[in-house]
Amino acid sequence: EETSQGYEEEEDGRDERKRQKLLEAISSLGGKRKKKLGERSEAAVQMSEFTVNAEGEGDKVDLSDLIRTMDKNPTVPAKTKKQLKTLQQSSKTVECPLSKQETERIQRDVAFQKAASEVSWWKGVIKQNQRAEQLVFPLNQEPSGPKPMERVVNGWKAQTPLEQEIFALLSVNKQPINDPILTPAEEASLRAMSLEDAKIRRAELQKARALQSYYEAKARRERKIKSKKYHKVQNKAKRKEFLKQFDEMVKTDPAAALEELNKMELARMQERMSLKHQNSGKWAKSKAIMAKYDEGARKAMQQQLEVNKDLTQKLVTSQNNEEEEEDKAAGAELMPDFVNDAVQGLDSSNPWMRCKLSVDPTEMSAEEEEEEEEEAVKETEEEALLREFNSKRKHRQVQEADIEPVISEDKEEQELSEFTSLLRGLADARRDAEAEHAEATADTSAQLEEGLTRIRTLEDVELLSQEDSAADKEPVQPSLPPATKNLPPAAPVREKNRKRKRGIELKQVLTKETKVIHVPLTPAVEDAEDSDEKLDQRGLIKEAFAGDDVISDFLKDKRKQEDMGKPKVVDLTLPGWGEWGGTGLKPSRNKRRRFRIKTAPPLPRKDNHLPSVIISEKRNSSISLHQVNTLPFPFENHAQFESTIRSPMGRTWNTERTVRKITKPKVVTQLGAIIEPMARDSPSCFSPQNENKEHSKRRHRGEGGVGDCKT
Amino acid sequence: MKVKLLSRNPDDYVRETKLDIQRVPRNYDPTLHPFEVSREYTRALNATKLERVFAKPFLASLDGHRDGVNCMAKHTKSLSTLFSGSCDGEVKVWDLTKHECVRTLQAHEGFVRGMVVRYCGTSFFTVGDDKTIKQWKMEAPGYGEEEEPLNTILGKTVFTGLDHHQKEGVFATCGQQVDIWDEQRSSPVRSFTWGVDSFSSVRFNPVETELLASCASDRSIVLYDMRESAPLKKVIMTMRSNTLCWNPMEAYYFTCSNEDYNLYTYDMRHLDRPITVHMDHVSAVLDLDYSPTGKEFVSASFDKTIRIFPKDGGHSREVYHTKRMQHVICIKWSADNKYILSGSDEMNIRLWKANAAEKLGVLSPREREATNYSQKLKEKFQHHPQIRRIAHHRHLPKNIYHQTKELRIMKEARRRKERNVRKHSRPGAVPVVSEKEKHIVTVLK
Repeated sequence: EETSQGYEEEEDGRDERKRQKLLEAISSLGGKRKKKLGERSEAAVQMSEFTVNAEGEGDKVDLSDLIRTMDKNPTVPAKTKKQLKTLQQSSKTVECPLSKQETERIQRDVAFQKAASEVSWWKGVIKQNQRAEQLVFPLNQEPSGPKPMERVVNGWKAQTPLEQEIFALLSVNKQPINDPILTPAEEASLRAMSLEDAKIRRAELQKARALQSYYEAKARRERKIKSKKYHKVQNKAKRKEFLKQFDEMVKTDPAAALEELNKMELARMQERMSLKHQNSGKWAKSKAIMAKYDEGARKAMQQQLEVNKDLTQKLVTSQNNEEEEEDKAAGAELMPDFVNDAVQGLDSSNPWMRCKLSVDPTEMSAEEEEEEEEEAVKETEEEALLREFNSKRKHRQVQEADIEPVISEDKEEQELSEFTSLLRGLADARRDAEAEHAEATADTSAQLEEGLTRIRTLEDVELLSQEDSAADKEPVQPSLPPATKNLPPAAPVREKNRKRKRGIELKQVLTKETKVIHVPLTPAVEDAEDSDEKLDQRGLIKEAFAGDDVISDFLKDKRKQEDMGKPKVVDLTLPGWGEWGGTGLKPSRNKRRRFRIKTAPPLPRKDNHLPSVIISEKRNSSISLHQVNTLPFPFENHAQFESTIRSPMGRTWNTERTVRKITKPKVVTQLGAIIEPMARDSPSCFSPQNENKEHSKRRHRGEGGVGDCKT
Repeated sequence: MKVKLLSRNPDDYVRETKLDIQRVPRNYDPTLHPFEVSREYTRALNATKLERVFAKPFLASLDGHRDGVNCMAKHTKSLSTLFSGSCDGEVKVWDLTKHECVRTLQAHEGFVRGMVVRYCGTSFFTVGDDKTIKQWKMEAPGYGEEEEPLNTILGKTVFTGLDHHQKEGVFATCGQQVDIWDEQRSSPVRSFTWGVDSFSSVRFNPVETELLASCASDRSIVLYDMRESAPLKKVIMTMRSNTLCWNPMEAYYFTCSNEDYNLYTYDMRHLDRPITVHMDHVSAVLDLDYSPTGKEFVSASFDKTIRIFPKDGGHSREVYHTKRMQHVICIKWSADNKYILSGSDEMNIRLWKANAAEKLGVLSPREREATNYSQKLKEKFQHHPQIRRIAHHRHLPKNIYHQTKELRIMKEARRRKERNVRKHSRPGAVPVVSEKEKHIVTVLK
């Protein structure tokens, strides 16, 4: 039993093992090994089969979940909240980034566009240069001429204490120190301007400076002049100007005018109190002694008196006196002036005597006249008066001396040999011209003339000023006849002068009319010249060639040419074909008609209507060798091309200036100068359309940190 | 008795001062000058003939190199100085007025590939086959001093070309890639690559100074902007371009010399089609240089000739050759627009006149006026067959002449064939491709 029991136990244990194995085999059939569940230490309601599992597993985390907290948070700005909300609403997914190749390509494209647009800035410049008639290289040449001081002397500094002090002062007051006299404000404005504006501005400044220095120099020069007369004239002009201003002032600013008036009154009072200009001084006395013999002394004294009179004049009449005075002075001035002129041009008809290319005095007077006529009437009146007086005086002299009768200008020219007489003649001509002119214009100021002729003493003057209206035209009348007498000879002189003035006039140089010459000359030209010598010559020629009849020869020639040009009838009839042949037999008319070939009549000849011309219409092969047979490229039609060929360029057919202009070379280079490539800042690239773009387009990158030459 | 005297106004024929021009009484009425055209034609003909008579362009030959001249450089500030580098690594400095070498230095081992003078003219750079960039002083070393470069930069690969910026201390080299260097640094500031190729030349734009262009061995021309990190654009042609040159007066035009015997002028904004195709060479064009006025350029070719082209003309206006001149490797146009310098295989540098018939030296005003006038006359009558024949006549070496003829025949045959193909195919199937478009493969952005 025991053994059986043991046996059973043994059996059982074996079975148990087998079963275990079987189970294992079955479980291994499933392929997957069972995973061991991890131990969890977390507290969780639901335990998943796998790893961690939290609450809300399977739900996505939305943006809204995050935003919810945002809403509650007051620190988040409203704008961000709004943005987030819109983000939440949009359901699009963000595209994935482009591939590297793609991005590079886009970058390249953008960069190229940029570069291309930048380079296109040059379009205007290039176009302009291509069209330019002449390009002078190197393009950015520095203008020759003096350079400004500070460029030449670069490192100059104030050294001495005085210099330093001056410079300190200047710098405190912001005054320019260097040569370009520009204040900082001006410089700033210059900098603000574009280059061209700046150039214009600089030119203006330069001009202003030049003008200023010019005026300064002039003033200095004038101050130095010692001539009393000059200053007298000058003062007179000033006074006149002042009076003009005064007149205006009366209208515009009466208070100031009154002040001026007071001043004048004061001056008058002073003059009246003083003995100045009264001819009572030492000088005057000495002159008074001389006055008997010397006219100059007399005149000087008189002038002194006049000045006195002038200054003591009541202000009401001051203007009149002014004019009188002026006239007098001008009269005094006239004589020497005219003398100078006469020396310059002695004889207008003799070109050898004219050493200078100066305008003739007579011519000048004519010119002056013209100008005067056009311009200020007032001045002419005065001058005319003056001249009239002058002429009057002259005539009186002439009459007194009884030397010369009035002669016509032409004879005068021949006869006058002496310098003096010549001078006088010219003066006459001039005066006459002016007197005549004066007649035309001066009637209002004729009142004034009287006073001037007779002024001798102060009393006279005062009388005059009172009576000037009463004693009017009596003295004028006697002066007139001589003036008019001399008029006719003066006129032709003037005309002659005018001719000269214009230089060479074609019509005067070529007295005959120009004849139009036809290139194919006719053999039978009948000239209508009627000078005797020519006729004689013709007669001679006729005699010499009496035998040949040129005209009929020519006509024959022409007929021959015409005949040759006509198409000939080709006769192709052969005797005997289809007919009887033999001696004495002619082909029938029918046959002849059939085999005669007529060609079309040719185009009418070009010389059909030109009886005296033969135009050959044959194409000349020797000429055609030299002719252009196709229209060259830039030309659009043959007329254009022909016109360019037809217009000559040489100096044989063109004036000097035209030739120079036509033959200007397209490219000019300077010998031995390096031509730099075009640069943006060179002056040649400032075309108007570019200027605006320049600053906006320029990019500055990659320029930093590059050193200079290191050698 | 009436006596008539001859009387004249001296105003008509006497000068006021002796500096005035002589007064020549002349009537300009055109009816009085019926033969003006024929007279001018004769003058033009004579001028043309004289031009051909006086056309002697060859001035001098500078010999001294012991190997072919591979590159040259103009001095930026001096007209009379020229630099040349040969295939044995030697650099020579020439005085052109004296026609002599003033300085010799052994710059590299192997070829001197490129050479350029700094914009201020104080130093010059060379690159060679020994993978170095060297900067040299302009002045020769004093007595007893060694000839040593100022700077030497050792690169990783061989450099094949070099150019300097117009206004800044920046230069560019090419080799495996295009590098932009700052003179102060020993590594490139920027390097550009676009695919894998080797570049044969790189050039800065002299006007728009930040731009540059290079020729690559994949038959392409690539544009760069120094300020950008990537290249700008690339055009691939049917054959490789050897060198290129920017127009110094017109910012966006450049010309490249191609292996297909032609030169192409491009507008850099429109690379898909060259502006002009310049044809005349009968072998690969190796180098070119623009005249400083930007109106013409000169090209050097493997066919042993030099040709001068107007910038917008399809054919050359001038061809220079000599018996002894071999393949012309490099060419320069002098900065005063008067001379051309060519360096060739047979170790010589030659000096030519840019205008073959031009009289050198100072012209008197009358002379100048006369030349101006005859120049205009030639221009005016240039279309007349006789004048044209004379003006266009050039002597060519026999082989070049025959090659030209052969090429013409080949071209005509190709044209004919194409025409026939077009004739026998569906209309529109064989499109007409113009000469300009024919040589462009693609434009890559």
